Amino acid sequence: MRDTTFTPGRIFIYLAVWSLAAAWLVPLAVVMLNSVRTAEEIVQTSMIGWPQHWAWGNYRTAWADFCVAQTCSGIRPYMLNSALVSIPATIVSTVFGAVAGYAVSLWRFPGDRWIYGIVTLGLFLPQQMRLLPWTIVLRDVGLINTLTGLVLIHSIQGLSFTTLFCRNYYIAIPRELIGAARIDGAGFFRIFRRIVLPLSPPILIVTVIWQFTHIWNEFLYGVTFTTGQQQPVTAALIALSAAVADVPQHGVQSAAVMIAALPTLLVYLLGGRYFVRGLTAGAVK
Amino acid sequence: MSEAAAARRPKVFGLARRLPEHLTIWVPLLLAAGHIVSFSLWTLWVSFTPSTLLPEFGWVGLHNYTAVLATRNWRIAFDNLLLFGSAFVVLSLLTGLGLAILLDQRIRGENVLRSIFLYPMAVSFVVTGTVWSWLLNPGVGVQKFVNDFGWMSFRFDWLINRDMAIWTIVMAAVWQSAGFGMALFLAGLRSVDTDLIKAAQIDGAGPVRLYRRVILPTLWPITVTVVVIQLQFAITTFDLVRALTGGGPGIATLLPALVVYDFMFQRGLLGRGAAAAVLMLLTLLAVLLPYAAWRHVQARKTARA
Amino acid sequence: MSALTVRDVTKQFGSAEVLTGINLDIASGEFTVLVGPSGCGKSTLLNIIAGLERQTTGTIEIGGRVVNDVPPKDRDIAMVFQSYALYPSMTVRQNITFGMECRNVPRAQRNEAVARVAKLLQIEAMLDRKPAQLSGGQRQRVAMGRALVRDPLLFLFDEPLSNLDAQLRTEMRMEIKQLHQRLGSTIVYVTHDQIEAMTLATRIAVMRQGVVQQFDDPETVYNRPANLFVARFMGAPPMNTLSARLEATSGGTVAVIGGGETVIRFPVPAAAASWIGRSVVLGIRPECIAEPTRYFGDAPGATVMIAAPVEMIEPTGAETIVVLRLGDERALARVSPDLHYRLGETARFAVDTRKINLFDPATGDRIA
Repeated sequence: MRDTTFTPGRIFIYLAVWSLAAAWLVPLAVVMLNSVRTAEEIVQTSMIGWPQHWAWGNYRTAWADFCVAQTCSGIRPYMLNSALVSIPATIVSTVFGAVAGYAVSLWRFPGDRWIYGIVTLGLFLPQQMRLLPWTIVLRDVGLINTLTGLVLIHSIQGLSFTTLFCRNYYIAIPRELIGAARIDGAGFFRIFRRIVLPLSPPILIVTVIWQFTHIWNEFLYGVTFTTGQQQPVTAALIALSAAVADVPQHGVQSAAVMIAALPTLLVYLLGGRYFVRGLTAGAVK
Repeated sequence: MSEAAAARRPKVFGLARRLPEHLTIWVPLLLAAGHIVSFSLWTLWVSFTPSTLLPEFGWVGLHNYTAVLATRNWRIAFDNLLLFGSAFVVLSLLTGLGLAILLDQRIRGENVLRSIFLYPMAVSFVVTGTVWSWLLNPGVGVQKFVNDFGWMSFRFDWLINRDMAIWTIVMAAVWQSAGFGMALFLAGLRSVDTDLIKAAQIDGAGPVRLYRRVILPTLWPITVTVVVIQLQFAITTFDLVRALTGGGPGIATLLPALVVYDFMFQRGLLGRGAAAAVLMLLTLLAVLLPYAAWRHVQARKTARA
Repeated sequence: MSALTVRDVTKQFGSAEVLTGINLDIASGEFTVLVGPSGCGKSTLLNIIAGLERQTTGTIEIGGRVVNDVPPKDRDIAMVFQSYALYPSMTVRQNITFGMECRNVPRAQRNEAVARVAKLLQIEAMLDRKPAQLSGGQRQRVAMGRALVRDPLLFLFDEPLSNLDAQLRTEMRMEIKQLHQRLGSTIVYVTHDQIEAMTLATRIAVMRQGVVQQFDDPETVYNRPANLFVARFMGAPPMNTLSARLEATSGGTVAVIGGGETVIRFPVPAAAASWIGRSVVLGIRPECIAEPTRYFGDAPGATVMIAAPVEMIEPTGAETIVVLRLGDERALARVSPDLHYRLGETARFAVDTRKINLFDPATGDRIA
């Protein structure tokens, strides 16, 4: 129900909220515009300005030609790395999290409360407490500086989050539904496949969106456990900034930042309300 | 969950016949739970050893801890954390609440506005830090922009100012996270019982009083949740600082997470690094345990009521 | 061979004992109703019979077979739930055939079974719809169809009519009764509604706080309740319970209510003689106190006329419920709707003394 009267109070509200919105958009606008400006222009007229020459070539440079450390292959290989880590880890952690959430919410087994409690505790455990052990584990299985190593880390750590989410969702399924299915003769897997899974799309979408966003944007593990060509795009961006510290290439860098941020921004724009659902649901922990 | 409701969940029968079920249930859960417990304990153990480049056996008691606490880096980082933590949480909370109240006024374009305030959450902290480092750079950022307009004496060089640099991190963090509080508060505002509002309006409450006395008090639980989650983020902040200031200028914007990383992977002092990590955990527990206790007390109060 | 035997079943949740010493023997074809207030354990007992929960001690035998360790799907039972528990993502047809699917019954047989059951319950038109598209009553029928198609030894109903509105409830109640008469199935039915219990059951088990108070046919439970709880629980409006003293007179034992000017005497069976001189609780149902012209039968002393002041009048259309004062206590009477009373006036009523029950004031148990 919208109030369409125009009292001074409401005018103030509109002004306030849209000014704030403009402020919030400034960083995005700046990066977008700068990504098509030349470096000289930016140095001359600061980051905030309209392109005089449209340097679309920045994108090609950022994608394929730019030099990070010793390699001049642009940001493409790092984007690929991020994809090769984010997509498998999201799928694995979501699938196993859904089954685990299903088991914990609808079935009783010895130690179920304990193990669920510990798993959720994992959401609060700082990453710093896990860095050293992961180093040892990855080294022992020979996965240091590999994408597979990152997939392993994110899959296992993602389980805390995905299990919590799915469990909180499945717990609303009426027990009688499961009781009826058991009387009908369905077992653990059939109940999951025929009854629970068809009810799951909303929570699975939310989980996938959040896992993908979180893993793609993750930096600490990327920079700790991979180097050089194996790094995900977040770590590559930092390396990029460090590499050009002397001769800033803000135009190309902006293009690189846009490319790097694009996947999660797209997911956000397309995912819309599922994104918000994940926010509010995550706060319930 | 009540006992009766918990008991109504069917038991997973048998063992041998149900091996696939047990494997499917136990393997992921054990991996998830197991790694949390074993990793924490292992890091804790390392913090008591004289490990440097590699983990070593040995026992040095609290030596690593006292060493870490004595370093200038840690003390600066912890002071920064106190400042950053409180400023960030308060500002983020107020901004989020303010935005939520504004959006609650049934204005047009509400969905678009919500999307605008939330999009920073979809973006990596590395991206945020990088972009803000450009904006706040006096040479190419806002200061230069304003200077070019003619206001030559305008200064906005916090980024390279030892005393003010930490505030740049606060700004960027608030920009990124205010949307979170906003989303939660908005949901809370919308879920206030309309009968309550009608009763207050009949009682003659104007909009300000309505918010202050009737609506905002119901937001207490959400406020606590937001504060706890934001504090948790503040204590473990790493990406944003690395991207925005790199810990600088100098070591002016160090935060505990960077000190940990520095000890572990740049100086090769695993024992100290582990101790620093445990100290971070303790700081976090100092926030979480009272929160858990408070939740427990609240639950018992409502149960008795 | 009995269809269902519950032997010495107890159930504990943590430190709370929810079911104590349950013993029930149910023959094939019986319609047994478990009735009681919420929290009395009736649903728990049903779940234990179904195998969805496990008893702490005791045995369950279905069809002569001990099923303590048998999972629900192998117990030869079917269950209808209060919320119907229809699988939301499946069509009505799939809902009904799901059990057969799990047992790998061939498709032709499944379709034939569905057709048969759909015809019986008149749900043929909705076989391809999803539960969300059906009304409450239709969903109830589908839930029953799912149970019927299994052709089990035992049907379990868990408050199936509670979610329906009053009119639908009466309709479905009759349909269930008709089904029972047609198919001769053995049914265990849980409800908190004592009218459902009275109308449907061949035997009623009244439960309270995990203990079976009485297990008898409806007429016995109604007219000769085992204790005060059963007496007050069954029947609406509830039975009048008044304090009385037993005295001996020349005509036999007499229960005396009130004292002084407002004393009332009712004859009671000789079996209560051992209680002469002590106080008891006298129970008499409102329909046993009626207008003075009511005829209660030929037995001598069956009808006693009393005079009592009228405190309140509640006309329901079909009858009038009168609140009157007997001795010092209030009592309800059900009187013909044609009579009119003035508040405060003392009127005459006929009392059916054949249906008087006496209870021990200390234990609540029935004396006579």
